[in-house]
This record gives sequence, structure tokens and C-alpha cells, in this order.
Amino acid sequence: MTGRKVLQVDWVPGSDQLRGRCHCGAESVADDPVAMWKWLLDHPNHWPDHQNHPSFVRREAP
Amino acid sequence: MSEFVRNQWYVAAYGREIGRELFSRTVCGESILFWRTEAGAVAAMSDRCVHRRFPLSQAPSHLAGDTVVCGYHGFTYDQGGACVAVPGQTRIPRTARLTSYPVTELDGFVWVFIGDRANAGSTRVPRAPWLDMPGWTAVSGMEPLAARYSLLVDNLLDLSHETYLHGGYIGTPEVAETPIVTRVDEEAGIVHVSRRMADAACPPFYAKSTGITGRITRWQDIEFTPPCLYLLHSRIAPVGVLPGADGADPDAFHVEVVYALTPETEHSTHDFWAVARDFALDDQGVSGFLEENNRTVVLQDVAALNVLERVIAAEPDGYQELSINIDTGGLAARRLIAKLR
Ligand code: FES
Ligand SMILES: [Fe+2]
Ligand SMILES: [Zn+2]
Repeated sequence: MTGRKVLQVDWVPGSDQLRGRCHCGAESVADDPVAMWKWLLDHPNHWPDHQNHPSFVRREAP
Repeated sequence: MSEFVRNQWYVAAYGREIGRELFSRTVCGESILFWRTEAGAVAAMSDRCVHRRFPLSQAPSHLAGDTVVCGYHGFTYDQGGACVAVPGQTRIPRTARLTSYPVTELDGFVWVFIGDRANAGSTRVPRAPWLDMPGWTAVSGMEPLAARYSLLVDNLLDLSHETYLHGGYIGTPEVAETPIVTRVDEEAGIVHVSRRMADAACPPFYAKSTGITGRITRWQDIEFTPPCLYLLHSRIAPVGVLPGADGADPDAFHVEVVYALTPETEHSTHDFWAVARDFALDDQGVSGFLEENNRTVVLQDVAALNVLERVIAAEPDGYQELSINIDTGGLAARRLIAKLR
């Protein structure tokens, strides 16, 4: 990854799920792209304590 | 409110379309007159005479050296759009000036800036270098689309439709079946959608042009720079053949499919398309095949979108849609376009 602000959504192979990754490192899954983009664009408020959400994965800083 | 994204560059024409004949094209609702000066530069100005609005592209309007003479009463304009002569009198009204447009000729396209011309210099003109580059051969065309620009954006950002709308040409079952990765570069304002098929049937479009007979590894990497330029980086190779660790990729066939999406009116669009390849460079047969085949594919989209436009135009605003995974890239593009407004 570069240091650019990139939002990425992977359609998880073999499933119907989407996994989104914000440029801040937060990740989440969703069942449809409308929900996925809504979540991604909610940065930095992915949710009140998104770092404690079970789907959050901390990434190393680029 | 107008739906057009202003203060942006748009492809108005191929360079080959503009010569010493007056040429008119409407971009974002503005009728623009194009012609080439004797020195070879492209001039672009309003296609409406300031006197009584006669279209300057309409005979008997004509070029006289580096001026345009209106065919109705003879107002004459220079390449910057300034009126330099009027009939019967020597005083030229101060306001006798056509709106002129910044123009850039690049990669075989004539780009025109729509908006406040003060912003032209600081606004990016995206590139499609393969259209005019050694080592590549390109074919191209433009089809008029009687549908709004946003329908073409949706169409191109979701290639799963190839399987259904373009079966037997470029579509195979694997396109719709293969998951996509969508990336949005927020700073550059670019959407990438990539679909990498490890083991796919080879559609006729690629089988006949490359000569590959078996199954293929097929990569489709979309790069859309809103509002106007769409690139599809297409890589075709015998199944299992991948680029080397150093990036060298001598055993694959590369095709750069380029679209320029230029709004004409709120309900019509100029659908510029081009196909550049890095193989069979001098093979006229391959050029003819790709040109004919791609045009057929574009016309399949045009037919479908023309129908869709009529349906949507008859419905109240805010009609219902339902998005699924294949629409991830299209939704990203819509958001970037909305940000440009
Ligand atoms: S309308 Fe052009 S000179 Fe009268
Ligand atoms: Fe299509
Ligand atoms: Zn974030």
C-alpha cells in the first residue's frame, strides 16, 4: 500500500460478502455495496468505538 | 439544475475529424464550432453567430483563411472568436465576440474545457497514450448514444453485463462469475475495478485477434477518471501464464480499451471508443476485425441504453434501484462524479 488515501472493497472470493478497508486501516464486512460505501465514507466515525468492533483489523501504518 | 459536471476537460472529437471544414459538436449542452487554422491548431468557439444566432457550422458559412464568415449576413470572426468584420460599416460592436474554448490535442483526441476558462490550466487532462504510441496499433470510432451520460458510466463500470449483453463477442460466463476488487483513490479521484479470471473461456473477440485457441487467463483492470476518460487495461494470456517477477510480460497480449464519455445533452452522450493492442501491429485483418467487432459491441450497449433512457425518462425522479456486489465500482464512480459537481 502507498500512503495515498485509498478505499478498497474486496468481494470475498467464494462468498457473497464484501470486505471494505478504509485508508485508516479499519475494516468491515457488508452484504451489499450500498451498506459498504456507507460504512467506508463514515470515516473517521466508522462507529463510536470501531477499533473494538469484532471486524476491525489493525493494519500497520504504511 | 444542470446535471453536467463543469470545469472539466471533455473529449469533443478525434483530431482526424477536425480540418479545414467547419465542424460542430455539442458538449454539455454547448454547441461548439471547431476548425483547424492554416498553421494546424484547433480553434473552438460558439457555433452561434452573435448577430442573429445563425449556426456558423451551417453552409454557406465558411472559412476564409483563419477567419469564419457567417453564411447569413457575413459577420467574420478570428480564431479567438473576436469579430473582425461586419457588413456595411467599419465600427465593430465591442461585444461582438464568440465564446471561445480552451482546447488540447492529446493522444489523438481533441479535448475541450467546459466551464470557467480560468480553471482550464489547473485542471488535469487524463491520458490514453496507447492511441498514439510506438509499439501499439489502435482502431477507434464514436457512436451517438440517445441516453444520459450516467447510464454509460453505470454500463462501463460493471462489466458483468458482458456475459449477458455481449455473449458470443466479449462475454463469457466467467466475467459475471468472477469477484471484483474495487479501489478508490480519493486524492487522485480515480476508481479502479479489477476482475482477474485465472481460467476462462476465450471469447471470439480475443480468440480471433490473438490466435489463442485454448482457455485463457484474463485480466480486466478498469481505471476511470471522472468525468470523461475510462480505460480498460485488458491482459490475455494462455491459461496460467503470468507476468515475470520483474514485470516483463512477453507472453501475454495486451489490449487497452479506451472510452471517452462526453455528455451531449442531458439525455444524450457521445460514446467515443478505441481499442489499442501491442500485437499483430501491422495486420490489417486484425485491425479490421477488432474495429468491426468492438463497434458491434458498442452498438449492443447503445441499443440497450437507448431503451433504458426512454424507460427512465418516463418515470418520476428517484426511481427505485437495487444494487448488488457487481455494482460496487459503479457506486464509487457515481460518488466521485457527485463530488466534482
Ligand atoms: S446571423 Fe450571422 S451575420 Fe447575421
Ligand atoms: Fe457493454
Ligand atoms: Zn477510516
